[in-house]
Amino acid sequence: MAKITYHTQDNKTHTIDVQNGLTVMEGAVQNDIPGIDADCGGGMACATCHVYVKEEWLDKLPAKEDGEEDMLDMAFEPKNNSRLSCQLIVSDELDGLEVNIPSKQG
Amino acid sequence: MNKTDVLIIGAGPTGLFCAHQLGIIGLNCEIVDNLDKAGGQCIELYPDKPIYDIPAVPECTGEELTNNLLQQIKPFNIKFHLNERVEELKKNQNRWHVRTSGGVKFDVAAIIIAGGVGSFEPRKFPVKECEKFEGNNLFYSIKDKSIFKDKTISIFGGGDSALDWAIELSNTSKVNLIHRRDGFSGAEASVQKVKELNDQGKLNLFTKCQMHSVVGDKNIESVKIKHDEGDIKEIKSDYVLGFFGLIMQLGPILDWGLNINKKTVEVNTENFETNINSIFAIGDICSYPGKLKLILSGFHEGALAARGCFKYAKPDEKLRFEFTTTSKAAQERLGIKK
Repeated sequence: MAKITYHTQDNKTHTIDVQNGLTVMEGAVQNDIPGIDADCGGGMACATCHVYVKEEWLDKLPAKEDGEEDMLDMAFEPKNNSRLSCQLIVSDELDGLEVNIPSKQG
Repeated sequence: MNKTDVLIIGAGPTGLFCAHQLGIIGLNCEIVDNLDKAGGQCIELYPDKPIYDIPAVPECTGEELTNNLLQQIKPFNIKFHLNERVEELKKNQNRWHVRTSGGVKFDVAAIIIAGGVGSFEPRKFPVKECEKFEGNNLFYSIKDKSIFKDKTISIFGGGDSALDWAIELSNTSKVNLIHRRDGFSGAEASVQKVKELNDQGKLNLFTKCQMHSVVGDKNIESVKIKHDEGDIKEIKSDYVLGFFGLIMQLGPILDWGLNINKKTVEVNTENFETNINSIFAIGDICSYPGKLKLILSGFHEGALAARGCFKYAKPDEKLRFEFTTTSKAAQERLGIKK
């Protein structure tokens, strides 16, 4: 279990206990946090679960696999701290992670 | 006016198999899709990725699945209307009159929406003022490349479309290629070619840069691009092209009066009819308690929705349940000769 904090565009903060093994994307979708579309359902095929990771977490997250950076090229306003939340699998190590959800997914 | 029993919206695996189920029970259908080919997400998002959970098919790619489904519905000679998006529905007594973006008209007894997560549309630039130039100096796809001759073109993106067009247009135009990072997702040979052209001065490559703004009144004069480090460069441009792939949008479906919940259409699980009689929804676009977004669920939903259409298409006939192994009628419809 990890506490994940999602900052949404309406300036709200949602801190959720997300079970280990779920993705950061699923944590948002299952808890009705707005702004993550996840059109492809976690297949790293659509870039609509794009989040900005709080800087201090960038190096602590598992590295991007092949294809994630390619997909991020398609995301809406990608930045250096962009990740696809479907690729971030929750574990105890991610306890305290904070992500910002962009204004749009596409 | 195309008159048929059922219109299927969406040529993904669910729509294709539903067409088969309609054919088996003796109903005619036509299929509309916004893409230029059948297959939906299977073809557009993951043609080469293997799928492992199609019943009785241990492994196949999105492309193979699509081709097999097309093969399976071949006996029914189904008419496809590709590159068309359904825009408008009107009830006309017991029938539906439907119009597409390209002006194709249908007169049908029932509609089955198998639209996945919506129709595929190009992803656009985040910069707001791009909208006013769209279609004149700014494009997300190319229909007529001759307009670019001897002009200065700024192309944004790092995939195959961006690379291929940069290479192609560099023969006759002055090309700037702008991409957000040093790596590219396009084919390695194209990446090498672009780098060569850049070294030879036949193309200007800007990496780690993204669009900052567009300058111009009626026409684009230049674009400003921002480097990761923060500096902004202004480059003269007559045309701007963006290639960021496709995104799925629900589009006009939202305006048809259907019960929509989180970008999906609510249906019953008896025949996958929506809150509007004779409009059905199947596959990823439908929602009901326990919905799984799997291709196999779409097949099941399509089989039931097809039978749900029967009473609207043939109100005076009764549908009998039959197996393809033994039904003479079904085998005739499949063109099986014994």
